[in-house]
Amino acid sequence: MIFGLSLVFILTSILTVAGALAAALLRNLVHCALSLTVTFAGLALLYLQLDAQFAGFAQILIYIGAVAILVVFAILLTRGSGIPEHRSFSSSWLAGLVISAGVFSLLSWAVIESIPASAARATPQLTVQKIGQALMSSYVLPLEIVAVLLTVALIGAVIVAMPESSKGGAK
Amino acid sequence: MTVISPFWTNLDQIFVLLQQWIESFFPLWLQPAVGSVLGVVAIVAAFPGIFALTTVLERKGLGRMQNRLGPNRVGPLGILQPVADGIKSLTKEDIVPLTADAAVHFLAPVVLVIAVFLGFAVLPIGRNMVLANLDAGLLFFFAIGASTELSIFMAGWSSRNKYSLLGAMRAVAQMISYEVPLLLSSVVAVMITGSLSTVKIVEAQSGFTGIFPHWYVFTPWGFAGFTLFVIAALAETNRSPFDLPEGESELVAGYFTEYSGFKFALFFLGEYLGMFSIAGFAITLFLGGWGAPLSVLSFIPSWAWFFAKLFCAICFFIWLRGTLPRLRQDQLMNFAWKFMLPMSLLNLLVAAAWRFLPEGPSRWVVCSAVLLAAYVLLGRVLMRHQHLGARSYRYAD
Repeated sequence: MIFGLSLVFILTSILTVAGALAAALLRNLVHCALSLTVTFAGLALLYLQLDAQFAGFAQILIYIGAVAILVVFAILLTRGSGIPEHRSFSSSWLAGLVISAGVFSLLSWAVIESIPASAARATPQLTVQKIGQALMSSYVLPLEIVAVLLTVALIGAVIVAMPESSKGGAK
Repeated sequence: MTVISPFWTNLDQIFVLLQQWIESFFPLWLQPAVGSVLGVVAIVAAFPGIFALTTVLERKGLGRMQNRLGPNRVGPLGILQPVADGIKSLTKEDIVPLTADAAVHFLAPVVLVIAVFLGFAVLPIGRNMVLANLDAGLLFFFAIGASTELSIFMAGWSSRNKYSLLGAMRAVAQMISYEVPLLLSSVVAVMITGSLSTVKIVEAQSGFTGIFPHWYVFTPWGFAGFTLFVIAALAETNRSPFDLPEGESELVAGYFTEYSGFKFALFFLGEYLGMFSIAGFAITLFLGGWGAPLSVLSFIPSWAWFFAKLFCAICFFIWLRGTLPRLRQDQLMNFAWKFMLPMSLLNLLVAAAWRFLPEGPSRWVVCSAVLLAAYVLLGRVLMRHQHLGARSYRYAD
């Protein structure tokens, strides 16, 4: 215990913050993407430490398994792989700093405000089964709406990616 | 329930008892940690051992199928070949290409092996023999499996070799495509069990009717799910006939072209361990895990059954590798998205119907008929534009 924080928490948070810093500061874009993956993994570890198994595993499955791969593919498909041409500090870094600090303070204010004083102690006993039951009963409508939205996005992506020639008479 | 003599019960639990015995030498507060370390050591020792044996078995088996002898020089019948291979890979020069990204090039095999080993943590190897009985064990396995894709990409990208990059792109595209049917086909077992815990899934299959077990593979949806799972597992582990990412006749060796020595051995290890863990999950989900295939045989230790089933799965994979030709990229993708995905979605519906239909022969007929009709119809529609016939040699005319 150091400053009331467990050693595991300190190690995972150092890992997470280091990954995030590397993602912002490294010059090679693929390196940035890979360090971002370290941050995702660190966040998943933090969730697991809080006994949120579902959130932790979903974080790994979605962010490392899908989002990181997507980022890396996007980098490879849009520019020559591995030519370090990007600069860490753009000319508008001051404006960026102000905007990100503003967003961060607003979000942290909202988070701190929304915690009731009594909830800090009681850890909810949430099993994966309970999450599943809640998703299938009280939250079934939002779930279905999200599913429809994602299907629409998928079909849209397929239509965008279809070859032009298949439109036939539109020439 | 037949009475089982204490000898067999002790033999069944021998590894658990051994673990407890070693733990008893340590102070009480240290015991959980020591127990976990022992479990990890057992997994890290056992599965690479199986890997060593599998390499011999595979080379011998493939040799037999291709009408040659296979390795037969080191030790009796060539059994000590893995020792020679291991020494060779340890002493070989480790070549890193000049233009390669050294850090990522080094990290890729390490990440792969770590991720693959983590998958074994939730695999129930025997009764009371699971390293971490997680509430969301199956989700853990798929999450870890998804992160192996990244290591493959790292290997292919960092090598700065067009074959490596092509192989990595193929591998990632293939793994992402087949992950969908892999996940969906395993969901049926979760639906019927009502739990994501691998231990509970095995327990749900441990009953017997007469002498026959309640394995999920012996139901219509279970059989369809098992078949889809095995096909997707083959693609996920880049095994033949889905070995396009490392197709040696097109891409040298795919994403690990630029690896040599021990790093190459690590890739090899990672690939085989991935095969074992995914076969282990097929066994856990559909083949009753560590359960005996007949009730009269349940005196034999549970871990022995698990490893026997794993051995059969490995032989099956070797057999497939020896007999099936490699698919083409478009065939691979068409198969995943036009056949595997609709079938696994339909299988979800069938499993739900099975759950709510009254017990009896009627649900067997309904579920089997739906699946069979879908299989035949989908196959007919997809094969309609495939002009399959005698092979014509375009250039030899």
